[in-house]
Amino acid sequence: MKILVAGGGKPLYFLCRRFLAKGCRVTVVNRDADECGRLSRQLRAIVVHGDGTDPVKLEEAGVREADVVLAITPHDPDNLVICQLAARCFSVPHVIAVVNDPDNETAFQKLGVNAFATTRIIAGLIEQRAAFQEITSLIPLGEGRVIVTDILLQADMPAANRSLRELELPPDALVACLVRQGQAVIPRGGTQLLPDDRVMLISLPENHGPALRAITGERKGQART
Amino acid sequence: MSAHHYVVIVGCGQTGSRLANRLSAQGQSVVVIDRRPESFAALSLEFSGFSLEGDGTDSACLEQAKIGQADLVVAATREDAVNMMVAQLAHRVYRVPRVVARVFHPERASFCRELGLTTICPADATADAVLGLVGFGNSSCGCREDS
Repeated sequence: MKILVAGGGKPLYFLCRRFLAKGCRVTVVNRDADECGRLSRQLRAIVVHGDGTDPVKLEEAGVREADVVLAITPHDPDNLVICQLAARCFSVPHVIAVVNDPDNETAFQKLGVNAFATTRIIAGLIEQRAAFQEITSLIPLGEGRVIVTDILLQADMPAANRSLRELELPPDALVACLVRQGQAVIPRGGTQLLPDDRVMLISLPENHGPALRAITGERKGQART
Repeated sequence: MSAHHYVVIVGCGQTGSRLANRLSAQGQSVVVIDRRPESFAALSLEFSGFSLEGDGTDSACLEQAKIGQADLVVAATREDAVNMMVAQLAHRVYRVPRVVARVFHPERASFCRELGLTTICPADATADAVLGLVGFGNSSCGCREDS
Protein backbone atom coordinates (compact mmCIF):
# COMPACT_ATOMS: atom_id res chain seq x y z
CA MET A 1 0.00 0.00 0.00
CA LYS A 2 1.23 3.47 -0.83
CA ILE A 3 0.50 6.32 1.56
CA LEU A 4 1.16 9.99 0.95
CA VAL A 5 1.27 12.06 4.12
CA ALA A 6 1.25 15.86 4.01
CA GLY A 7 2.29 17.70 7.12
CA GLY A 8 4.97 17.64 9.76
CA GLY A 9 5.78 17.49 13.43
CA LYS A 10 6.04 14.56 15.80
CA PRO A 11 2.65 13.03 14.91
CA LEU A 12 3.71 12.76 11.26
CA TYR A 13 7.04 11.21 12.19
CA PHE A 14 5.55 8.55 14.45
CA LEU A 15 2.68 7.79 12.10
CA CYS A 16 5.10 7.31 9.19
CA ARG A 17 7.31 5.07 11.30
CA ARG A 18 4.28 2.92 12.02
CA PHE A 19 3.16 2.80 8.39
CA LEU A 20 6.68 1.82 7.32
CA ALA A 21 6.84 -0.89 9.97
CA LYS A 22 3.65 -2.34 8.52
CA GLY A 23 5.30 -2.50 5.12
CA CYS A 24 3.65 0.51 3.48
CA ARG A 25 5.46 2.72 1.02
CA VAL A 26 5.39 6.23 2.40
CA THR A 27 5.86 9.62 0.77
CA VAL A 28 5.97 12.74 2.92
CA VAL A 29 5.22 16.23 1.61
CA ASN A 30 6.46 18.97 3.90
CA ARG A 31 6.89 22.73 3.48
CA ASP A 32 9.92 23.12 5.71
CA ALA A 33 13.32 22.40 4.11
CA ASP A 34 15.08 21.65 7.43
CA GLU A 35 12.35 19.28 8.57
CA CYS A 36 12.47 17.54 5.18
CA GLY A 37 16.20 16.96 5.64
CA ARG A 38 15.64 15.53 9.10
CA LEU A 39 12.75 13.30 8.01
CA SER A 40 14.65 11.91 5.06
CA ARG A 41 17.47 10.86 7.39
CA GLN A 42 15.12 9.39 10.02
CA LEU A 43 12.59 7.59 7.80
CA ARG A 44 12.86 5.13 4.94
CA ALA A 45 10.38 7.27 3.06
CA ILE A 46 10.43 9.54 0.04
CA VAL A 47 10.41 13.11 1.33
CA VAL A 48 9.27 15.86 -1.00
CA HIS A 49 9.87 19.47 -0.06
CA GLY A 50 6.93 21.61 -1.03
CA ASP A 51 3.42 22.82 -0.42
CA GLY A 52 0.88 20.00 -0.47
CA THR A 53 -1.87 22.38 -1.55
CA ASP A 54 0.01 22.89 -4.82
CA PRO A 55 -1.36 20.37 -7.35
CA VAL A 56 1.92 20.41 -9.29
CA LYS A 57 3.85 19.47 -6.15
CA LEU A 58 1.37 16.73 -5.28
CA GLU A 59 1.75 15.22 -8.72
CA GLU A 60 5.55 15.39 -8.43
CA ALA A 61 5.23 13.49 -5.15
CA GLY A 62 3.43 10.69 -7.00
CA VAL A 63 -0.05 11.29 -5.65
CA ARG A 64 -1.56 9.47 -8.64
CA GLU A 65 -0.18 6.14 -7.40
CA ALA A 66 -1.19 6.68 -3.78
CA ASP A 67 -3.84 4.43 -2.21
CA VAL A 68 -4.24 6.77 0.73
CA VAL A 69 -3.62 10.48 1.25
CA LEU A 70 -3.44 11.72 4.81
CA ALA A 71 -3.39 15.47 5.49
CA ILE A 72 -2.12 16.33 8.98
CA THR A 73 -0.77 19.85 8.68
CA PRO A 74 -1.44 22.25 11.56
CA HIS A 75 -3.54 24.34 9.20
CA ASP A 76 -7.07 23.00 8.60
CA PRO A 77 -7.77 24.86 5.32
CA ASP A 78 -4.59 23.32 3.87
CA ASN A 79 -5.77 19.87 4.97
CA LEU A 80 -9.09 20.45 3.21
CA VAL A 81 -7.49 21.54 -0.07
CA ILE A 82 -4.91 18.71 -0.02
CA CYS A 83 -7.67 16.12 0.43
CA GLN A 84 -9.95 17.65 -2.20
CA LEU A 85 -7.14 17.84 -4.75
CA ALA A 86 -6.12 14.23 -4.05
CA ALA A 87 -9.67 12.90 -4.35
CA ARG A 88 -10.98 15.00 -7.21
CA CYS A 89 -7.95 15.78 -9.38
CA PHE A 90 -5.91 12.64 -8.79
CA SER A 91 -8.62 10.05 -8.01
CA VAL A 92 -6.97 8.82 -4.82
CA PRO A 93 -9.34 6.19 -3.37
CA HIS A 94 -8.95 7.10 0.32
CA VAL A 95 -8.33 10.61 1.61
CA ILE A 96 -8.35 11.51 5.28
CA ALA A 97 -7.87 14.85 6.98
CA VAL A 98 -6.83 15.16 10.60
CA VAL A 99 -8.33 18.44 11.71
CA ASN A 100 -7.04 20.60 14.52
CA ASP A 101 -10.35 22.31 15.30
CA PRO A 102 -12.89 19.60 16.29
CA ASP A 103 -15.71 21.70 14.78
CA ASN A 104 -14.10 21.21 11.39
CA GLU A 105 -14.98 17.50 11.47
CA THR A 106 -18.55 18.33 10.47
CA ALA A 107 -17.55 21.23 8.22
CA PHE A 108 -15.20 18.96 6.24
CA GLN A 109 -17.81 16.21 6.14
CA LYS A 110 -20.24 18.66 4.53
CA LEU A 111 -17.61 19.51 1.93
CA GLY A 112 -17.13 15.82 1.16
CA VAL A 113 -13.89 15.14 3.03
CA ASN A 114 -13.47 12.47 5.70
CA ALA A 115 -12.05 14.14 8.78
CA PHE A 116 -11.40 13.44 12.39
CA ALA A 117 -10.01 15.46 15.26
CA THR A 118 -7.51 13.84 17.59
CA THR A 119 -8.51 16.24 20.34
CA ARG A 120 -12.07 14.92 20.28
CA ILE A 121 -10.93 11.31 20.44
CA ILE A 122 -8.53 12.00 23.30
CA ALA A 123 -11.12 14.03 25.20
CA GLY A 124 -13.63 11.19 24.77
CA LEU A 125 -11.13 8.64 26.05
CA ILE A 126 -10.29 10.71 29.10
CA GLU A 127 -13.92 11.39 29.97
CA GLN A 128 -14.85 7.75 29.72
CA ARG A 129 -11.82 6.50 31.60
CA ALA A 130 -12.35 8.99 34.35
CA ALA A 131 -15.98 7.96 34.71
CA PHE A 132 -15.47 4.19 35.03
CA GLN A 133 -12.67 2.71 37.05
CA GLU A 134 -13.41 -0.83 35.96
CA ILE A 135 -12.87 0.05 32.34
CA THR A 136 -9.30 -0.71 31.54
CA SER A 137 -9.07 0.06 27.89
CA LEU A 138 -10.98 1.91 25.27
CA ILE A 139 -10.06 1.74 21.65
CA PRO A 140 -11.68 4.03 19.10
CA LEU A 141 -11.81 2.35 15.70
CA GLY A 142 -12.93 3.57 12.32
CA GLU A 143 -11.97 7.19 12.96
CA GLY A 144 -13.61 7.10 16.36
CA ARG A 145 -16.97 5.92 15.03
CA VAL A 146 -16.74 2.57 16.81
CA ILE A 147 -15.66 2.13 20.42
CA VAL A 148 -14.31 -1.07 21.91
CA THR A 149 -14.53 -1.13 25.70
CA ASP A 150 -13.08 -3.67 28.08
CA ILE A 151 -15.06 -3.89 31.34
CA LEU A 152 -14.11 -5.92 34.38
CA LEU A 153 -17.47 -7.12 35.66
CA GLN A 154 -18.15 -6.51 39.36
CA ALA A 155 -20.62 -8.54 41.41
CA ASP A 156 -22.75 -5.44 42.09
CA MET A 157 -23.14 -4.51 38.44
CA PRO A 158 -26.56 -5.19 36.89
CA ALA A 159 -25.09 -7.44 34.19
CA ALA A 160 -23.48 -9.81 36.69
CA ASN A 161 -25.11 -13.26 36.92
CA ARG A 162 -27.44 -12.52 34.04
CA SER A 163 -27.51 -14.02 30.60
CA LEU A 164 -26.67 -11.91 27.61
CA ARG A 165 -30.26 -12.25 26.42
CA GLU A 166 -31.51 -10.57 29.58
CA LEU A 167 -29.29 -7.52 29.17
CA GLU A 168 -31.12 -4.51 27.88
CA LEU A 169 -28.47 -3.28 25.51
CA PRO A 170 -29.37 -0.36 23.25
CA PRO A 171 -29.24 -0.90 19.48
CA ASP A 172 -25.82 -0.69 17.86
CA ALA A 173 -24.09 -2.24 20.88
CA LEU A 174 -22.73 -5.76 21.15
CA VAL A 175 -20.95 -7.89 23.74
CA ALA A 176 -18.45 -9.46 21.37
CA CYS A 177 -16.25 -11.48 23.66
CA LEU A 178 -15.74 -12.53 27.29
CA VAL A 179 -12.49 -13.41 28.93
CA ARG A 180 -13.17 -15.79 31.84
CA GLN A 181 -10.24 -17.13 33.87
CA GLY A 182 -7.89 -16.50 30.99
CA GLN A 183 -10.12 -18.18 28.40
CA ALA A 184 -11.77 -16.24 25.60
CA VAL A 185 -15.45 -17.05 25.13
CA ILE A 186 -17.59 -15.85 22.25
CA PRO A 187 -20.91 -15.46 24.04
CA ARG A 188 -24.33 -16.47 22.78
CA GLY A 189 -27.69 -15.27 24.05
CA GLY A 190 -27.79 -17.86 26.81
CA THR A 191 -24.25 -17.22 28.08
CA GLN A 192 -24.22 -16.05 31.72
CA LEU A 193 -22.06 -13.07 32.60
CA LEU A 194 -20.19 -13.74 35.84
CA PRO A 195 -18.32 -11.46 38.23
CA ASP A 196 -14.64 -11.06 37.26
CA ASP A 197 -15.44 -11.67 33.58
CA ARG A 198 -13.79 -9.22 31.25
CA VAL A 199 -16.49 -8.04 28.88
CA MET A 200 -15.58 -6.66 25.46
CA LEU A 201 -18.26 -4.24 24.44
CA ILE A 202 -18.45 -2.85 20.91
CA SER A 203 -20.63 0.22 20.49
CA LEU A 204 -21.21 3.33 18.45
CA PRO A 205 -20.27 6.54 20.30
CA GLU A 206 -23.90 7.69 20.50
CA ASN A 207 -24.90 4.50 22.32
CA HIS A 208 -21.73 4.11 24.30
CA GLY A 209 -23.13 5.69 27.48
CA PRO A 210 -26.41 3.72 27.55
CA ALA A 211 -24.61 0.48 26.66
CA LEU A 212 -22.11 0.95 29.47
CA ARG A 213 -24.92 1.74 31.90
CA ALA A 214 -26.75 -1.45 30.93
CA ILE A 215 -23.69 -3.40 32.04
CA THR A 216 -22.20 -1.36 34.88
CA GLY A 217 -25.25 0.44 36.25
CA GLU A 218 -25.16 4.08 37.26
CA ARG A 219 -22.06 6.13 36.72
CA LYS A 220 -19.66 6.30 39.62
CA GLY A 221 -20.19 9.33 41.79
CA GLN A 222 -23.89 9.42 41.07
CA ALA A 223 -26.38 8.42 43.71
CA ARG A 224 -27.76 4.94 43.20
CA THR A 225 -31.45 4.97 43.88
CA MET B 1 -25.30 45.72 -7.94
CA SER B 2 -27.68 48.65 -7.82
CA ALA B 3 -30.14 47.39 -5.20
CA HIS B 4 -29.24 47.05 -1.55
CA HIS B 5 -27.10 44.04 -0.74
CA TYR B 6 -25.49 42.43 2.25
CA VAL B 7 -21.84 41.58 1.62
CA VAL B 8 -19.39 39.62 3.77
CA ILE B 9 -15.69 40.06 2.94
CA VAL B 10 -13.13 37.75 4.51
CA GLY B 11 -9.65 39.25 4.58
CA CYS B 12 -9.02 42.97 5.02
CA GLY B 13 -5.82 43.28 3.02
CA GLN B 14 -5.41 45.58 0.03
CA THR B 15 -8.10 43.87 -2.01
CA GLY B 16 -10.54 43.22 0.82
CA SER B 17 -10.30 46.73 2.26
CA ARG B 18 -10.63 48.47 -1.13
CA LEU B 19 -13.64 46.35 -1.98
CA ALA B 20 -15.19 47.05 1.42
CA ASN B 21 -14.64 50.80 1.06
CA ARG B 22 -16.13 50.90 -2.42
CA LEU B 23 -19.15 48.75 -1.61
CA SER B 24 -19.81 50.80 1.51
CA ALA B 25 -19.56 54.03 -0.54
CA GLN B 26 -22.21 52.55 -2.85
CA GLY B 27 -24.48 52.17 0.12
CA GLN B 28 -24.21 48.39 0.53
CA SER B 29 -24.12 46.75 3.96
CA VAL B 30 -20.65 45.31 4.47
CA VAL B 31 -19.05 43.14 7.14
CA VAL B 32 -15.29 42.61 6.94
CA ILE B 33 -13.65 39.72 8.80
CA ASP B 34 -9.93 39.53 9.53
CA ARG B 35 -7.82 37.73 12.10
CA ARG B 36 -5.60 40.79 12.58
CA PRO B 37 -7.49 43.76 14.03
CA GLU B 38 -4.75 46.16 12.84
CA SER B 39 -5.75 45.39 9.25
CA PHE B 40 -9.00 47.33 9.77
CA ALA B 41 -6.94 50.54 9.70
CA ALA B 42 -7.14 50.24 5.90
CA LEU B 43 -10.89 50.89 6.02
CA SER B 44 -11.78 54.47 5.07
CA LEU B 45 -13.29 56.99 7.47
CA GLU B 46 -16.47 56.85 5.39
CA PHE B 47 -16.72 53.06 5.74
CA SER B 48 -20.07 52.51 7.45
CA GLY B 49 -20.04 48.70 7.72
CA PHE B 50 -18.84 46.42 10.48
CA SER B 51 -15.44 44.92 11.10
CA LEU B 52 -15.20 41.58 12.87
CA GLU B 53 -12.00 40.16 14.33
CA GLY B 54 -11.95 36.42 13.74
CA ASP B 55 -11.06 33.45 11.57
CA GLY B 56 -13.20 33.20 8.44
CA THR B 57 -12.82 29.41 8.31
CA ASP B 58 -14.49 29.17 11.72
CA SER B 59 -18.22 28.57 11.31
CA ALA B 60 -18.98 30.40 14.57
CA CYS B 61 -17.28 33.51 13.17
CA LEU B 62 -19.12 33.25 9.85
CA GLU B 63 -22.41 32.86 11.66
CA GLN B 64 -21.62 35.87 13.83
CA ALA B 65 -21.23 37.79 10.56
CA LYS B 66 -24.71 36.51 9.57
CA ILE B 67 -23.31 34.78 6.51
CA GLY B 68 -26.64 32.99 6.01
CA GLN B 69 -28.20 36.33 5.05
CA ALA B 70 -25.41 37.44 2.72
CA ASP B 71 -26.06 38.11 -0.96
CA LEU B 72 -22.34 38.03 -1.69
CA VAL B 73 -19.30 36.59 0.05
CA VAL B 74 -15.78 37.47 -1.10
CA ALA B 75 -12.84 35.43 0.19
CA ALA B 76 -9.73 37.57 -0.18
CA THR B 77 -7.26 36.59 2.52
CA ARG B 78 -3.62 36.17 1.57
CA GLU B 79 -3.90 32.38 1.79
CA ASP B 80 -5.39 30.38 -1.07
CA ALA B 81 -6.45 27.45 1.09
CA VAL B 82 -8.29 29.74 3.50
CA ASN B 83 -10.10 31.44 0.62
CA MET B 84 -11.04 28.07 -0.85
CA MET B 85 -12.42 26.82 2.45
CA VAL B 86 -14.34 30.04 3.15
CA ALA B 87 -15.80 30.08 -0.35
CA GLN B 88 -16.87 26.43 -0.14
CA LEU B 89 -18.49 26.92 3.26
CA ALA B 90 -20.34 29.98 1.96
CA HIS B 91 -21.40 28.27 -1.25
CA ARG B 92 -22.23 24.76 -0.08
CA VAL B 93 -23.06 25.03 3.61
CA TYR B 94 -24.61 28.50 3.87
CA ARG B 95 -26.00 28.59 0.32
CA VAL B 96 -24.89 32.15 -0.34
CA PRO B 97 -26.13 33.06 -3.86
CA ARG B 98 -22.88 34.68 -5.01
CA VAL B 99 -19.43 33.71 -3.78
CA VAL B 100 -16.08 34.86 -5.14
CA ALA B 101 -12.71 33.40 -4.14
CA ARG B 102 -9.38 35.05 -4.85
CA VAL B 103 -6.81 32.31 -5.49
CA PHE B 104 -3.23 33.26 -6.37
CA HIS B 105 -1.91 29.94 -7.67
CA PRO B 106 -3.23 29.40 -11.23
CA GLU B 107 -3.39 25.58 -10.92
CA ARG B 108 -5.28 25.82 -7.66
CA ALA B 109 -7.53 28.44 -9.22
CA SER B 110 -8.53 26.12 -12.04
CA PHE B 111 -9.24 23.38 -9.50
CA CYS B 112 -11.38 25.87 -7.63
CA ARG B 113 -13.45 26.43 -10.76
CA GLU B 114 -13.88 22.65 -11.05
CA LEU B 115 -15.34 22.78 -7.55
CA GLY B 116 -17.92 25.19 -8.94
CA LEU B 117 -16.56 28.33 -7.32
CA THR B 118 -16.30 31.69 -9.03
CA THR B 119 -12.58 32.30 -8.84
CA ILE B 120 -10.31 35.23 -9.57
CA CYS B 121 -6.67 34.42 -10.16
CA PRO B 122 -4.62 37.66 -10.13
CA ALA B 123 -1.89 36.20 -12.38
CA ASP B 124 -4.41 35.06 -15.00
CA ALA B 125 -6.38 38.30 -14.68
CA THR B 126 -3.23 40.38 -15.22
CA ALA B 127 -2.13 38.25 -18.15
CA ASP B 128 -5.60 38.59 -19.69
CA ALA B 129 -5.54 42.35 -19.16
CA VAL B 130 -2.10 42.69 -20.75
CA LEU B 131 -3.08 40.58 -23.74
CA GLY B 132 -6.32 42.53 -24.08
CA LEU B 133 -4.44 45.83 -23.88
CA VAL B 134 -2.05 44.93 -26.68
CA GLY B 135 -4.79 43.40 -28.77
CA PHE B 136 -3.68 39.74 -28.45
CA GLY B 137 -6.41 38.79 -26.07
CA ASN B 138 -8.52 35.80 -26.96
CA SER B 139 -8.87 33.24 -24.18
CA SER B 140 -9.87 34.79 -20.90
CA CYS B 141 -9.47 32.78 -17.75
CA GLY B 142 -8.64 35.35 -15.06
CA CYS B 143 -12.13 35.51 -13.69
CA ARG B 144 -14.01 32.94 -15.63
CA GLU B 145 -17.20 31.84 -14.01
CA ASP B 146 -18.39 28.27 -13.88
CA SER B 147 -21.92 27.42 -13.07
